[in-house]
Amino acid sequence: MKAFIIRRLLLGIVVLFGVVVITFFITRIMPSDPAAQWVGQRATAEQIKAARVELGLDKPLYVQFGRYLQNLVKGNLGYSLKTHQPVMNELKAYIPATLELVLISTIAAVFIGLPLGVISAKRKDRLIDHICRFFSVGAVSLPTFWAGIFLQLIFYRWLGLLPMGDQLSMNVRLMYDIPKITGFITFDSLITGNFFIFKDAILHLILPGITIALYPIGLVARMTRSALLEILNEEYIRAARAYGLPERMVLWSYALKNSLGPTVTVVTLSIGYTLVNTFLVESIFSWPGIGNYVATAVICLDYPAIMGVAIFSACSYVILNLIADVIIAFDPRVRI
Amino acid sequence: MQKASFVPEVLKPRLMETKLSLYLLNRNKLTRLAMITILLLIIIAIFAPYIVPYPSHATGVLNPQDKLLPPSTKYFFGTDELGRDIFSRVLYGTRISLQTALIAVGLALLIGIPLGAIAGATGGYVDEIIMRITDIFLSFPPLLLAIAIAAFLGPNLQNAMLAIAISWWPWYTRIVRGQAVSIRERQFVRAAKAIGTPHIRSIFQHILPNCIAPVIVQASMDLGGVILTAAALSFLGLGAQPPTPEWGLMVSTSRSYFLNAWWYSFFPGIAIFITVLVFNLIGDGLREVLDPKTRKY
Repeated sequence: MKAFIIRRLLLGIVVLFGVVVITFFITRIMPSDPAAQWVGQRATAEQIKAARVELGLDKPLYVQFGRYLQNLVKGNLGYSLKTHQPVMNELKAYIPATLELVLISTIAAVFIGLPLGVISAKRKDRLIDHICRFFSVGAVSLPTFWAGIFLQLIFYRWLGLLPMGDQLSMNVRLMYDIPKITGFITFDSLITGNFFIFKDAILHLILPGITIALYPIGLVARMTRSALLEILNEEYIRAARAYGLPERMVLWSYALKNSLGPTVTVVTLSIGYTLVNTFLVESIFSWPGIGNYVATAVICLDYPAIMGVAIFSACSYVILNLIADVIIAFDPRVRI
Repeated sequence: MQKASFVPEVLKPRLMETKLSLYLLNRNKLTRLAMITILLLIIIAIFAPYIVPYPSHATGVLNPQDKLLPPSTKYFFGTDELGRDIFSRVLYGTRISLQTALIAVGLALLIGIPLGAIAGATGGYVDEIIMRITDIFLSFPPLLLAIAIAAFLGPNLQNAMLAIAISWWPWYTRIVRGQAVSIRERQFVRAAKAIGTPHIRSIFQHILPNCIAPVIVQASMDLGGVILTAAALSFLGLGAQPPTPEWGLMVSTSRSYFLNAWWYSFFPGIAIFITVLVFNLIGDGLREVLDPKTRKY
């Protein structure tokens, strides 16, 4: 077990190194000039030249790469070309808001998607199965960005029930001291007893939360259904039924436990998808997270910022996959 | 004397299998409906310039006196901020979306299949290197990689297709490699080797043709996802550029107007949804029919 985890960790590091190499070289072949961006539009040729030396862009590519790696190990992701702030600090400020969305969608995927899949498999080819399947296929076919816009139209414009975007209302931001402990507004306001802020934050969370959760719910429901159906055909399930065990026990305990492998994999996979879907959802809801951050960075080709987000996302992806593999490896039937 | 058959003896079982699969696929009502819809979409895509009421609106001709009109009998889906007929543009968009998806998947297959066949058929360090590179690409969430590549190549539709292909090929390499590894050990490949067939020729003539079927099936299932990704890229401003009637781009521009003109974002979005949905439904149907464990006669 230990050897397996160490081997997977090492592989993860190799993969991350590859990610850094790929992002670095993609950013260096791009047609724009970072030095010119650094000094702004009205800079003179001398200023651009000076900026090139300052940013180390006059050095050969491998020297630049070596320097980038050195800084990366120290946790320095470089400076944003637009704001001139360290990318690391900016990421730290934006990540909690994104994680809040990711957390909501993961909870929804597990507590809505999983049961939907189980019900669907249990009542295969009945009406409820058709409804569940239609919902889950529909959820993964829906363009996330469009779903967000349409929810805004219904709940903000037509019904006037929910706010259009952002994490808090403007008047709340202006009139109250927003507690900053963990960076998660809902959590911080709850533990400091600021229920007014908490309520406002929850209201703002509903629409982006639903938008971003749709895809993972559909994905997990589909996977759970197909994994369960395969297992329900196995001999030992027939044996368990023949013993007269209650169907509930056969399904939730015998079958579900054995289909956990693919389900865990798909849940972690869906977290990865969600992380990227935040790029679309956050820009629609003006949500102050890394998705919004990278969307602006892409427009002005702020490459250190894009690289920072890419490395952060890839890191999370690798770690998630590692966790999934370790969970699955606890299953004694899996040969390591 | 028996009549000579047009189909070679070795292909007969495969042909039977394909016929059976098609029959089973056609028996599922939802899948049949999806197949009919796709046929319809293909017809729309081909004949778009001849069937839309205002073909010139799709190519960027302005009509400012009719801007942001709600759906009516003159403009079925209403008009956009430049007075262009959204119905014509949405129908035209079918062409662009299907084309983008086919080219992007085709490119991904073009990269993925040969690499997978070489890795699986050669083994050793060649296999190791190709598969580790594949792992690195797979460790990016596909949309993120596509966004990064499209951002750096410059925003246009061609680059978006290339970006999608670059983020999609590793899946095909994996599938083909798995197939190639098992086919490498088959008698006919060993026999070819024994009579001195060069390795490269063996890969492309004996191994590759035998691993293509599953990867083509997978690719057809991926079309829905690719259409969605292309729309997302255009939505972010990294794909098609105005005045192209691309669905994602239309939803994106509608964002400044949708609060007072719901039809502007509704119809292009529904078009994406229906197209992706029918491709996913067919993908589901295919999976069920081709997997012997879930197949029902």
